[in-house]
Amino acid sequence: MSTSEKTAAGVGPVEGGAVYTVDNPAPFIEAPRQRTRKTPKSTRGNFELAAWLFMRLSGVVLVVLVLGHLLIQLVLDGGVSKIGFAFVAGRWASPFWQVWDLLMLWLAMLHGANGLRTVINDYAERANTRLWLKGLLYTATVFTILLGTLVIFTFDPNIR
Amino acid sequence: MPAGTLYRGREGMWSWVAHRVTGVLIFFFLFVHVLDTALVRVSPEAYDTVVATYKTPIVALLEYGLVAAILFHALNGLRVIAVDFWIKGARYQKQMLWTVVALWVVLMLGAIYPVLGHAARELFGS
Repeated sequence: MSTSEKTAAGVGPVEGGAVYTVDNPAPFIEAPRQRTRKTPKSTRGNFELAAWLFMRLSGVVLVVLVLGHLLIQLVLDGGVSKIGFAFVAGRWASPFWQVWDLLMLWLAMLHGANGLRTVINDYAERANTRLWLKGLLYTATVFTILLGTLVIFTFDPNIR
Repeated sequence: MPAGTLYRGREGMWSWVAHRVTGVLIFFFLFVHVLDTALVRVSPEAYDTVVATYKTPIVALLEYGLVAAILFHALNGLRVIAVDFWIKGARYQKQMLWTVVALWVVLMLGAIYPVLGHAARELFGS
């Protein structure tokens, strides 16, 4: 299909029909992000949509987990003054609180990391700055999640 | 400039700013908190020594600030979800923000004694 005489100024040669036809006498306007022969077959997928949805789903769960955590650690039974090794040992003796803390650790770290990723993308204008800040963020996030998970799974109440 | 037609500088923007600031603060605390909890793998003494700093009056005040940040972020996060998923969410975003602020004030008043009580007893005697 030749694009010579039927292409109006500013309308690129995209796949599809001619610019004007009998059925379409008005100037043809390309759809945004129209696929051309140069468009890669696979696009980058829906990572940002998944991240957006994750923030909302994890947020709802974290409201329950974190506010429950605050209530137990800072309000009930003497508040922060009762916390010590013995208190931790008592709670992590139960798989329920182990799962609670593990879930809270993973969701909060991923929720926070994605939030900071957004903040970095918004304010770090140079590509190199973004790269380094996000590299630091991901390193710290992976380290913290692995450390916390290890501590919960290997906790030993009779450490000495 | 016609009043009430701009997003900038009104409730929507300021709640967004506060959501970011509290979120970043909470995330930095979370790093420290996982590190201090990891001390239970070192020794009971190491953990108890560090946790003792959490019981000092100055850190108790910081804990109250942390509770303030978390409560706002949690309540406003639920508002953001309502704006996104509730069909009338965007229309009632201001009313929902003031509901969030009112709930936050009530909860913060309720948290004064449990969070700061032990610090007050330490400072002024029981």
